[in-house]
Amino acid sequence: MNKQTVVSAVDLSKSYGKAQNLFWALLDINLTFQRGESVAIIGKSGSGKSTLMHLLALMDQPTSGAVLIDGQDVKTLSSRKLDNMRNKKFGFVFQQFFLNGNASVLENVILPLKIAGVGSRERRRRGMEELEAVELVDKAKSKANELSGGQKQRAVIARALINKPQIIFADEPTGNLDSATGEKIIQLLFELNKKKDITLIIVTHDQDIATRCDRQIHIKDGRIQEEAN
Amino acid sequence: MKFRDIFLTASANMFRSKLRTGLTITAIFIGALTLTVTNGLSAGISSYIDKQVNNLGQGDVISITAKNTTSSSGAGNPQKYEPGKVSGRGSGPDAGGILLTQSDIDILKTDQDLTDIKPAYVLNPDYIQGVNGDKYVVSLSPLGGNNKLDLAAGRQIASDASDNQVVLPISYVAALGFNDAASAVGKSVTIAVSDATGEQHTVTATVAGVQQKGIVSLSGAVAGSALEVNLYNLQTIGLPAASKNRYQSASARMVGGTGDARLKEIKDRLDKLGFTGTTTADRLGAFKTVINAITLVLNAFAIIALLAASFGIVNTLLMSVQERTKEIGLMKAMGMRSYRIFLLFSIEAVLIGFWGSAVGVAVAMAVGFGANHIAANGILKDLPGFDLLLFPWQSIAGIFLLIMAVAFVAGTLPAWRAARQNPITALRYE
Repeated sequence: MNKQTVVSAVDLSKSYGKAQNLFWALLDINLTFQRGESVAIIGKSGSGKSTLMHLLALMDQPTSGAVLIDGQDVKTLSSRKLDNMRNKKFGFVFQQFFLNGNASVLENVILPLKIAGVGSRERRRRGMEELEAVELVDKAKSKANELSGGQKQRAVIARALINKPQIIFADEPTGNLDSATGEKIIQLLFELNKKKDITLIIVTHDQDIATRCDRQIHIKDGRIQEEAN
Repeated sequence: MKFRDIFLTASANMFRSKLRTGLTITAIFIGALTLTVTNGLSAGISSYIDKQVNNLGQGDVISITAKNTTSSSGAGNPQKYEPGKVSGRGSGPDAGGILLTQSDIDILKTDQDLTDIKPAYVLNPDYIQGVNGDKYVVSLSPLGGNNKLDLAAGRQIASDASDNQVVLPISYVAALGFNDAASAVGKSVTIAVSDATGEQHTVTATVAGVQQKGIVSLSGAVAGSALEVNLYNLQTIGLPAASKNRYQSASARMVGGTGDARLKEIKDRLDKLGFTGTTTADRLGAFKTVINAITLVLNAFAIIALLAASFGIVNTLLMSVQERTKEIGLMKAMGMRSYRIFLLFSIEAVLIGFWGSAVGVAVAMAVGFGANHIAANGILKDLPGFDLLLFPWQSIAGIFLLIMAVAFVAGTLPAWRAARQNPITALRYE
């Protein structure tokens, strides 16, 4: 399989505070992510793993260093391009789901398409398609509040997939689920990773999940401690 | 996000917290209702006054009388006797005042700014007689040439009509034996005058139209110019030539605009020459000023109500932004542009303003039509054509625009707060 770098971090550092309160959340991170691989970013809370994910997902700006998407330094891109990139290239799966409980499952799933300005008929068609992929077609019209935890996370995955992203960022995807349901979600994520050649970046503190990834990056005190395959 | 989707989302968001939105809309509704009713009242009264102004004369018509410094109330100083000036015969609208002479009219005719000078005689008819033969006392005013009377039936008297024409007040229709206003039109009436020797003469005139009752309509019947001249010639039979051709007043049109400065210039000049110039606006000016002042005060209250309501909008939307922090963060993480988030909340504010004003205007109009109906059969029974409240579309559109603009301004603070949310802190927010 020919390797293609989709995201890379070059001397990436992030600090908070000033002078004697200066605190380096991340220091000199150098990483590359290939198309279609699954990578776990693992570390305890406060290790800087979430900060790293935010930087890679272009939701935050580094203090120094650079993030390259498809070889291009994102600092050179306009905010419009950045917004467009997050919309089209990335999918997000969050621990707390962030579903709008009063809206229907379908409405929640098609939100990225709505933001992208896709027409309503096309939105519906693609929404149903993704719901089918996560086996939630029968719940399309239900309110998101009525779903179980596992169903909610499947809806979130459908939402992440809807723009056919290159990369899925999953932040503690099983954090709010019991282990059996969590296992199913993880299986679904890996299946998509393999089948659709989507780069999967999972932020977790769960070693079991991490070991199933192609690569593990251990973070401690803002530095990469070890990389294991 | 497409504008249509932003609009629909904003509209849906508005009803997420129904009670809160409902209360805010109610506050706007009160402001809109007040504003619409006060403007409706002002429009209704103004429109009626304008109709009455037309009764008295068009805007460029100035009525000129000899300057009269004596006043029956005794406030002025006694006026010196001047041989050239003539005092009235003791009856008619200008009783006891000073009349215009032919030389006065000639002076007026030399004035560059005045044209179409029409002297008006004092007419002193003895009685008017209709189809049933009963005789009634009547006051008769000359038309003056430029008036547009508020007619219930018939048509205006043409200023160049050569036959004897008269417009009757509606109160004379039944008394003179006509069935109704329309059936009086075209019929003949007889008007009698006495000359200086005491001999009575009668003249037959055709009823051209019937005048509505009004607050400031010309008193009594109105004579066309042919009738006016005929009656005057009859009532001055036997008078010495020097006493003839005395005019109660003269009407003239002002040429070259009727701006305030120009009007004052003309009036000042007339004053120096010994005349008093009065326009219709002068006669109704004070009345209109009072109405405008009342409207202004009521509108000020409505605006205060609206300002208070606009803080309601700020509050409602700030709470929404707070509640939807995560949602906003999520949308931003998914690539929603900041200015569209701003639009999303601004549009919600404008929609709250729109619904508040829609309900307010609708209720105000319903109240207005109801009030007009009740008033027309009650306090305004004697003033046909007087709608208490009028709702011209321009003022309704103006109210909508004003309230939506206020709502938009109120929405900018919350919308700006939402737009500058950082997706990371928003998503971390618990």
